[in-house]
Amino acid sequence: MTKTPLQFRHNGRDVAVFVDGGVNLLATLRDLVGDMTPKFGCGQGGCGACTVLIDGDAYLSCLTLAETVQGRSVETLDGLKDGPNLHPLQRAFMEHFAAQCGYCTPGMLMAAKALLDHNPSPTRDEVVNAISGNICRCTGYEPIINAVLAAASGGRARA
Amino acid sequence: MPVTVKTFATSDEAAAALSSEREARYLGGGTLVMRALNEGDVSVSTVVRATDRALTHLDFASSRVTIGAGVTFARVLAERELAFLHSVAGSIGGPAVRNMGTVGGNLFAPTPFGDFAVALLALDATVAMQGGYGARDVPIEEFLAGRARQPGALVLSVSCRRPSDGQSFRYRKIARIKPKGGSLMTLAAHLPVSGGRIVGARIAFGAMAATPVRAKGAERALEGHVLDAASIAAAVAAATEGTSPVDDSFASAWYRREVVGIHLRRLLTGQE
Repeated sequence: MTKTPLQFRHNGRDVAVFVDGGVNLLATLRDLVGDMTPKFGCGQGGCGACTVLIDGDAYLSCLTLAETVQGRSVETLDGLKDGPNLHPLQRAFMEHFAAQCGYCTPGMLMAAKALLDHNPSPTRDEVVNAISGNICRCTGYEPIINAVLAAASGGRARA
Repeated sequence: MPVTVKTFATSDEAAAALSSEREARYLGGGTLVMRALNEGDVSVSTVVRATDRALTHLDFASSRVTIGAGVTFARVLAERELAFLHSVAGSIGGPAVRNMGTVGGNLFAPTPFGDFAVALLALDATVAMQGGYGARDVPIEEFLAGRARQPGALVLSVSCRRPSDGQSFRYRKIARIKPKGGSLMTLAAHLPVSGGRIVGARIAFGAMAATPVRAKGAERALEGHVLDAASIAAAVAAATEGTSPVDDSFASAWYRREVVGIHLRRLLTGQE
């Protein structure tokens, strides 16, 4: 059983790991890189808890073959903060009570970041579409949508 | 269970690898194969990938468009020439799934998934395939009927008609969860009009059979007629012909049979 070397940028840092054949990016991030922020929810592509950004676009890490991120940039929630300073999205989620159990939150934040990085002033419908791949069982989504809109209108949505 | 991943630079090499190994599966966007691996599917021992840029090629030169099998739904949404397919691509998954899922892969999505394939069926698509015997074009109806028995063939691209005008192609996906969710049923219709009458009607349903299927009874009711209340009523009355829906977590077979005519009527009348 041979392992494949994999090098990529993880939240701005170069990492190098050895992965088994067929392993997904979520397991690689959590088990090999030690980044626990993306979550496992379904393994099927329905819940969005594993959402990460690859080269700036939202992907489901549980359905991404780890080897395919060779040489690419992967961003997770762990990289959102800037030292001790929270990202505007994180502050907005706190202020708008957009997290209860918190399990969907990493995926929601990454989906929201993908939106705001491409579209700094989204409409409410665009926010709804951006998080349409993320399931939340607690909040009823309204606080999350409000938080994303607040982060956008706060003007410093681009980190 | 670790699998062997083989990545090839050309589709020819990938097709050869697929046809020479029984337990090989082609990995496109990952939404089908990675799910299978995550669930411990032991029938996959080799994953085949191709980085061939020909698989993401788009061709708009003629009255038909050709879309490489590796084109993602996000890319479809970004192409103005494919505006007639935007409502279809936008109905699939969320943004992350649309960044990953491919037109070619959708042909293999099991019911009730496979919404893009439903639209392609209504648009008279052909599927370009590379097998051990060489490359050939297969009408999508034939492809879908035989897809479970097509080991080792690689889909290279699909091509379909451009709708004759903005009104002739209609699509809607019925799902309980909005804006995205698994399909309760998906309906697509291409109804070209010539001299005021429908010529070459094609209507396709998703989640109403083991694969996307044509609603031939409804097509016959519209063919050669003006699209009006009478022909629509006749099409709706024949809506279930050729369908064999099953119970799943989205809806029961009974419910699907009960409401397919209602959704077909709304599709044909343009009702919201």
